[in-house]
Amino acid sequence: MELLSRKEAWNITYTHALGETASHFFVQIRDQAKLYGRRDPKSGRVLVPPRAFSDQSLEPTTDWVEVGPGGQIEAFTIVYDKFNGLPDPPYAFGYVMLDGADTGLGGFFRGIDLSDSGAAAEQLRIGRRVKTVFADQRTGSVLDFWFEPI
Amino acid sequence: MKFPRVGIIGIGQSRFQRRRDDASYPDLVREAVVIALRDAGLDFDAIQAVVYSLSPDAMVGIGNAERTGVDAVGGRSKPFLRINTGGATGISSVEAAWYHVASGAFDVVLTAGADKVGECGDSQTVLNKIWDPTYERELPLGTINMLAMSAVRYIHQHGMTQQDMAKVVVKNRLHASKNKHAHLRTVTTEEEVLASRMVSYPIKLFDCCPQSSGGCAMVLASEDYILKNHLEAVWITGLGHCSETYYMGDRMGRGFTADHGDAHALGRSFDRAFRMAGLTDPRRQVDVAELYAPFSNTEFHSIEAARLAGLGESPAMLREGQFHLGAPGPVVNPSGGTLCTNAIAVTAMVRVAEIALQVWGRAGEHQVPGAKLGIASGNGGDHQFFGTMVVEA
Repeated sequence: MELLSRKEAWNITYTHALGETASHFFVQIRDQAKLYGRRDPKSGRVLVPPRAFSDQSLEPTTDWVEVGPGGQIEAFTIVYDKFNGLPDPPYAFGYVMLDGADTGLGGFFRGIDLSDSGAAAEQLRIGRRVKTVFADQRTGSVLDFWFEPI
Repeated sequence: MKFPRVGIIGIGQSRFQRRRDDASYPDLVREAVVIALRDAGLDFDAIQAVVYSLSPDAMVGIGNAERTGVDAVGGRSKPFLRINTGGATGISSVEAAWYHVASGAFDVVLTAGADKVGECGDSQTVLNKIWDPTYERELPLGTINMLAMSAVRYIHQHGMTQQDMAKVVVKNRLHASKNKHAHLRTVTTEEEVLASRMVSYPIKLFDCCPQSSGGCAMVLASEDYILKNHLEAVWITGLGHCSETYYMGDRMGRGFTADHGDAHALGRSFDRAFRMAGLTDPRRQVDVAELYAPFSNTEFHSIEAARLAGLGESPAMLREGQFHLGAPGPVVNPSGGTLCTNAIAVTAMVRVAEIALQVWGRAGEHQVPGAKLGIASGNGGDHQFFGTMVVEA
């Protein structure tokens, strides 16, 4: 028998409040081109991106600590497939532990030839030193900066 | 602590394929339920409560789709509870059904669900929405690249190669070719896997699970009910759950409690299930394992979390021919696993259903000969929520 289907798209709009901690983080990125984490008073760990409380000690974090702009790669991937609503490939992104931080911060990697995945992966190997580069025009977003191998 | 015995008395799996244009979403749920009830020899009236297995709504494209599924499970006038722990939903649902029975509140409980992932054109877009809008949503995160980053860390620490990953695919596709319920049933070769296009380094197309549509249902009952009604059963002897913190970036760097390359919380969940079942030497005691691994690389850290191999040791063990149907020692994913069939809302329930069929001796062509003890797992969220189970004949 003839089987029918119906096409449908969800397009839902939200305006998410970022809260005090993330607002401070993004204002510093936008206005000063600087990155900050929050310190867990119990373990001394510096959490980046900053959290109002620690996932480990469950205590409120106490002070702002400037981190970076240097750091080391902790994880990466290079995407070669197109997914709807996500950027055009190829692109590389992953996590970097910035100097002074104890956790990984997500961001794009730039300045690498991605045409060969094996060669690009070697450029992005875990432990590789990188620097944070800020865009000239910044809006207060994780897309205002990216990481480049040194 | 002494736990009451809870038995599995009925199992139903639908046909799994990319699309099921012959069945609406509730039709697909009912298909699995009817098979499970027939398997148990019961009718809808015998079911006292329902645990409904449904992961993110956006995958089926129906908000709170349990509303449309309530009649498919005969839920009218009955206690009804929806469970959602992402990819772990299916095993969490079986565990919730176990709690219903073990508490003494009910004698016979149905758990069921379905998914139609193949109808969603943008599953990675849906899965991108599981990241917080504050810090990470603007990055193109999805489940593929999240687990690609796990692979990169596992490679760095333990020396896995893309060829090792290909061996997982070849094994599971061969297993799935024997499983009539599986979605991807064509066998493949290492060369074919390695030549498939790179999706998210180091994960290639053939390292990825398919987008499947299908349903699964199980009937659980108390020991009293099973004995009184002279029913056949296999027994849930251990179960566990464990969660991991939210931020992926906290599972790397310095002073972390779990490495994103491994499956630390899954290991703790298995330890809890093993302790409850009295398992002390899983490598010798486990006959069959159905481990939730939607990408080939994740089967390795899952095998290690199941204590079937030491940390970083499982790729070499697979190279030596272990974990295959017919090999000595525990067989891993004889159904072909999540890598060959992934209808997300019920994928982790299928893991339990498959080990139940195995220890029952009813798995069919992919039966592990003489299997008496099986273990299953489910992983959900951003590698965050884990459920594990031990089922015995």
